[in-house]
Amino acid sequence: MATNKTEDKKELWRWVESRWTNPDIDWKKGEIISAGIDVGSVSTQCVVMVDGELYCYSNLRSGSGSADSSWRGANFALEGTGMKVDDWHSCVGTGYGRVNVPMSKKAITEIACHGRGANWMYGPQVKTILDMGGQDCKVIHVDEKGKVTNFAMNDKCAAGAGRGMEVFADFVGVNINEVGDRSFNINEEPKPVSSTCVIFAKSEAAGLLREGWPVNKVLAAYTSATAHRVWELMERVGVLPELGITGGIAKNRGVVERLEKELGKKFQPKKWNNPEYEKKDIPFDTQIAGALGAALFAKALVEKERGK
Amino acid sequence: MISAGIDIGGKDVKVLLLKDGKVLAKEKAPGGFDQAGVIEELMEKALKAAGIERKEIRKIGVTGSGKKYAPSHDVEITEVGAAAKGVSFLVPSARTIIDSGAEDSRGIKCEGAVVKDFATNDKCAAGAGAFTEAMARALEVSLEEFGKIALKSTKTVPINAQCAVFAESEVVSLINSKVAKEDIARSVNDALAERVVAMVKRIGVEKDVVVVGGLAKNPAYVDGLKNGFKTDVLVPENPEFVGALGAALAARES
Repeated sequence: MATNKTEDKKELWRWVESRWTNPDIDWKKGEIISAGIDVGSVSTQCVVMVDGELYCYSNLRSGSGSADSSWRGANFALEGTGMKVDDWHSCVGTGYGRVNVPMSKKAITEIACHGRGANWMYGPQVKTILDMGGQDCKVIHVDEKGKVTNFAMNDKCAAGAGRGMEVFADFVGVNINEVGDRSFNINEEPKPVSSTCVIFAKSEAAGLLREGWPVNKVLAAYTSATAHRVWELMERVGVLPELGITGGIAKNRGVVERLEKELGKKFQPKKWNNPEYEKKDIPFDTQIAGALGAALFAKALVEKERGK
Repeated sequence: MISAGIDIGGKDVKVLLLKDGKVLAKEKAPGGFDQAGVIEELMEKALKAAGIERKEIRKIGVTGSGKKYAPSHDVEITEVGAAAKGVSFLVPSARTIIDSGAEDSRGIKCEGAVVKDFATNDKCAAGAGAFTEAMARALEVSLEEFGKIALKSTKTVPINAQCAVFAESEVVSLINSKVAKEDIARSVNDALAERVVAMVKRIGVEKDVVVVGGLAKNPAYVDGLKNGFKTDVLVPENPEFVGALGAALAARES
């Protein structure tokens, strides 16, 4: 037990890796098998579509190299499906490591892919997408087809990015999956900590803990600082309704709900645009938007090749 | 007359006792979770080292970002003011001061103890000691070693990240791709110095240039500053105590 505890402590930042397969699709009957791989600085996703329907996906932590991460993502997604990477008709790479995705035919920016993917996931009513990635935060305006019309990005600073949240969760000793819920388990909403630097937010948090603040209140102060930081970025490009959110921090209600409060607007519920998907209870993972967009672009490439 | 200076920095607390222009004792320790307690301990230690009693201290001056945690005192002086006072006392010819602490860095233009202009970054760890600390941790070397091994470097690699959190991940991937520790340390110090140089150049750089604060003890960082300013830079003895010295001097004058 004792060893387990130390291991737990070390891994507090570690979010849950996952994969999913659509049991209703026989991929062997598919005409177009397209894949998208999003190699981010912190996480990697692989999405495989069969004739434009979601077939399987994986979401895992990025490794030391983009090629290695791509293979791990692909193999994890295909686990138990009998499908091989060679069966794909096309693959598009995206994300920070997009130029080093060995099985891809083309690399497309994560901004274009997130726009396309979020449009498919949430529906054409979404005009502003907030993508909260591992090492960046993007606000993307799209038209009703998911085509990017404008965007703003912070990729210089960890405040407002997933990596910053991981570092902070680790510092206060709270499992990253619990940060959101615990940040609401407080008596009174505190003032936010420094919204500019994660390193300084950490020493500020140390000071607050020293003053006797409960950990949950410190989490509230940090998540609200993160929300404020993201709000500033959103205000810069403007917020066109409706709003959709993607990326890892989309799963952290401590940030999302505080951001909604600051915006005075709600994000679209995390539900599929396709009612069939909702009925079948297909897990809606906000982290797969980029890879999903890439898989959609890959499908379009095949259609173009075949002259459709 | 004996005066005391207390400098409550982002990381360390410094206490210095001054008698007629002579430093009697100086002590430092991390502020940790009980800064008031640490200050008290340091004061006791300093009094013992100086061989004097507490009542002999006529005035106390405080400075540093944690001023609000200070015990009762006579004078409060800004970090900029304290650095200028301390430096002008040690190096009267100083015209530009680089004060690089754990959580902020400052460039100060001065004539004697009179501050003409200054620029500061206390919003982001990218230009401060906390940056090197995070990188030293990633490299698994002590802060002292971090500066030393960097001097043995033969080539530099670009460090793209500005943010200390991102740079730490970048350093980890450099380690994974088998870049020598020495070269990583050198590159990190250069990147840090480059940022500070850019900030200080905004207010103009005049000779003599003096570097103080905890980072001044890192020879690779100082070297980076020299290259950046294209001029020699001076580092006084015990550069991390200059703020406390300035506070003690301010107390004496009050």
